[in-house]
Amino acid sequence: MLDCTPQEIKERSGGKINPAKTCQPVGAMYAALGIHNCLPHSHGSQGCCSYHRMHLTRHFRDPIMASTSSFTEGACVFGGGANLKTAIKNVFAIYNPDIMAVHTTCLTETIGDDIPSILSSAEIPPGKLVIHANTPSYVGSHITGFANMTKGMVNYLAESSGEPKREQVNIIPGFLNPGDMREIKRLVRKMGIKLIMFPDTSGVVDSPMTGEYKMYPNGGATVEDIRDSGNSRLTLALGTFASADPANQLERKCKVPALTLKTPIGVKATDELLLALRNKFAREIPAELEEERGQLVDIMTDTHFHFHGKKVGIFGDPDVVIGLTEFVLSLGMQPVHVLTGTPGGAFEREVSAMLQEAGVKGRVKAEGDLFELHQYLKNEPVDLLLGTTYGKYIAKAEDIPLVRIGFPVLDRSVHSYLPVVGYKGAMRIIEMISNALLDRADRDASDEDFELVM
Amino acid sequence: MSAKLAIEAREGSIRVKGKQKSQLQCDADSIAGAVSQRACVYSGARVVLNPITDAIHLVHGPIGCASYTWDIRGSLSSGSELFRNSFSTDLQEEDVIFGGEKKLARCIDELALKYKPSLMFVYSTCVVGVIGDDITAVCKQAEQKHQIKVVPVQSSGFAGNKSAGYRAACDALLQLIKSEGEPTAQSRKINYLGDFNLAGEAWIIRNYLREMGVELNATFTGDSSYASLRRAPAACLNIMQCAGSMTYLAQEMERVYNIPYMRVSFLGIEDTSRSLREIAAALNDKEISEKTERLIERETAEIRSLIEGYRVPLQGKKAAVFVGGGFKAVSLIKQFREVGMEVVMIGTQTGKQDDYDSMYSLACDGTVILDDANPSELERFILQQGADLLVGGVKERPLAYKLGISFIDHNHERKHPLSGFAGAVNFAQEVYSTLCSPVWNYV
Repeated sequence: MLDCTPQEIKERSGGKINPAKTCQPVGAMYAALGIHNCLPHSHGSQGCCSYHRMHLTRHFRDPIMASTSSFTEGACVFGGGANLKTAIKNVFAIYNPDIMAVHTTCLTETIGDDIPSILSSAEIPPGKLVIHANTPSYVGSHITGFANMTKGMVNYLAESSGEPKREQVNIIPGFLNPGDMREIKRLVRKMGIKLIMFPDTSGVVDSPMTGEYKMYPNGGATVEDIRDSGNSRLTLALGTFASADPANQLERKCKVPALTLKTPIGVKATDELLLALRNKFAREIPAELEEERGQLVDIMTDTHFHFHGKKVGIFGDPDVVIGLTEFVLSLGMQPVHVLTGTPGGAFEREVSAMLQEAGVKGRVKAEGDLFELHQYLKNEPVDLLLGTTYGKYIAKAEDIPLVRIGFPVLDRSVHSYLPVVGYKGAMRIIEMISNALLDRADRDASDEDFELVM
Repeated sequence: MSAKLAIEAREGSIRVKGKQKSQLQCDADSIAGAVSQRACVYSGARVVLNPITDAIHLVHGPIGCASYTWDIRGSLSSGSELFRNSFSTDLQEEDVIFGGEKKLARCIDELALKYKPSLMFVYSTCVVGVIGDDITAVCKQAEQKHQIKVVPVQSSGFAGNKSAGYRAACDALLQLIKSEGEPTAQSRKINYLGDFNLAGEAWIIRNYLREMGVELNATFTGDSSYASLRRAPAACLNIMQCAGSMTYLAQEMERVYNIPYMRVSFLGIEDTSRSLREIAAALNDKEISEKTERLIERETAEIRSLIEGYRVPLQGKKAAVFVGGGFKAVSLIKQFREVGMEVVMIGTQTGKQDDYDSMYSLACDGTVILDDANPSELERFILQQGADLLVGGVKERPLAYKLGISFIDHNHERKHPLSGFAGAVNFAQEVYSTLCSPVWNYV
């Protein structure tokens, strides 16, 4: 399938071959699932909603609920206001969520539907809420859409009851799996600090089997909590691309200071998260977390000889890729190709600076695609690929082990339940990549080199 | 609209066998605000054309439409794998403002040079329909420039539902066939319409036909190529399985090339046997008929004991069915009976009136029949009807599991061929392995 990829890299037309990103609305839908009792609503054609639900269902293996304005030709000519108003009525009448989170699509952005004015004249039942975010598919990526919907939560819901701020921290986790969100919450709670996480998809897309189907599972940030985020002393935005915008908006709106950190992947980024909490809230890091950190560093020293000098290609969403790059550098690996599909010069600057500091010569690319990544790999082969399921074609063509981290993972399971963040998550990453490398070494070893102890 | 009214709006689309006489309402647009399991025009067009193996499928629009349809159908190829790549013009804001035609032309040029395909499909998406890019003109120019076939597919998402996309795909296929000029003389070969070679299903049917002495000319569109589709007018008969997507193409081929068509279904022993016999009868050849009978006899004898083995544990279990099109739903009622099960709820995304009439006459009393169901309705009727198993696609799978019942995928994610006699065994085996798994004991 990939036998036509030429080694020679040429200037391209701007189209994409085997993309490393998808469109804003799916990110907005995922963010909206992180509100308790919320029904995400796709204002556009039926296909968008269907594709996003399918994509999320395949990654999380849980039911994904969202409604659509079901556009037809008429709606495009006369505007989608009537469709959205009917949809609001029907959604509350039939599906009865507490809150509806509307996101736009390329279609409704192009015909220019003005969502705030449509909402202002819509019949919203008392006690119910409708929020919205503009998510044109032709700008940014699904990560942009996640940030925009999270910003929509701030715009519509966050309120400040004035000074003084409360002893609590807001955490905007970014586009992560529910297993990661659970782990971040655990770390903050272990620090003894009250937290408000939004969006929070844990308990929504990793809900337990009870034999009973709940359209709105138990998880998700409550509207009251998001409202109260305006009274917190601090917002930690984890990941520039998915979280900084909403955190800054909250600072503007409610004067909650915002601090943007990296997605806490690996020992350094996790340290930074805990130190930020310690400094801002004058807490001690508990012995339990110190022990976890010590175990992680112990594992790193026990295994570093497996990793040192190994070349890695990393691709996926910018915040996760930045975190992974920093972590594999700390293991002595060489991330020689680092690529995201999401546009952003900041990504290239940040990763390039990391590589430069570590003395690694590598290619760094934002707004790239997997055709390009494949070309990079043909020019400079790697020992390991870190990324999403879409890397499997390249992994097979070039016979490189692929460790699946990020979104989407469509061909393996359990990934959404277990973290890659925090010290525990870092241990898990080490386990995954060393298994991949050592399985490969076993497979390729001649009989005389085949070792019992590695 | 009150809750009562909103639910009443859906009432016409739900029937209970034996209780209501009026016809079921189908083939209508979904209501705004629905959690519909349906998709769009582009989706319909793409699933039909996607299995054409040596084509570049270039999606003209923002990135999403290409991302979500990257290699999503398990259509197998015996030749090129080019169709499994994802190509998009990745329209940006400035393209939407100033028009995307130039970028489209550049992308076609680049892909034509890079991959040297003989055939390229250019799909229009919602935005393209609104900003009014003339993709037909761009495709025509590209054809002349590169001396390859470049077919525009008019699939702007909002211009109807999935069925409209099937029509757009058929239009694109007709352009491709017609571009050959005068049809060649008809042969004794037949075309097979509406099999997408999921898990190699079309190959099973091809082998049956070969054994009967019938040669397959072109398959629409499973494991097809530009060259094989161009040969289509040379057939003497079109057999059609997925009628939802292919009826228009069959009708047009009858009109233009005088090729008659007949409906077939290769799901289950009964429908497979009947379809093979009808093909033999249509060809009116004694030798073919004799070979067909021998094939059916041998195959059914081979699988009888296997199916019987599954019948014992499955006897009396109840199935719910929610699939894309009508033919599959109709066949599934019979196929479940072959393994001792009854269908207690059945529905489709895009079934037509005659499909629903067939379902109604086949189903046992009390069966709930519904069109364009939403997840709450599926949940309600699965529970109310006491179904032990749901048949559906990607979005229905986790719903079934959450309800603590078993599931089989009869859509893009099927892992084993479900067609023909071999497929009937696979079907029984799949039903058995999910229904009788020990995991349900822990729910």
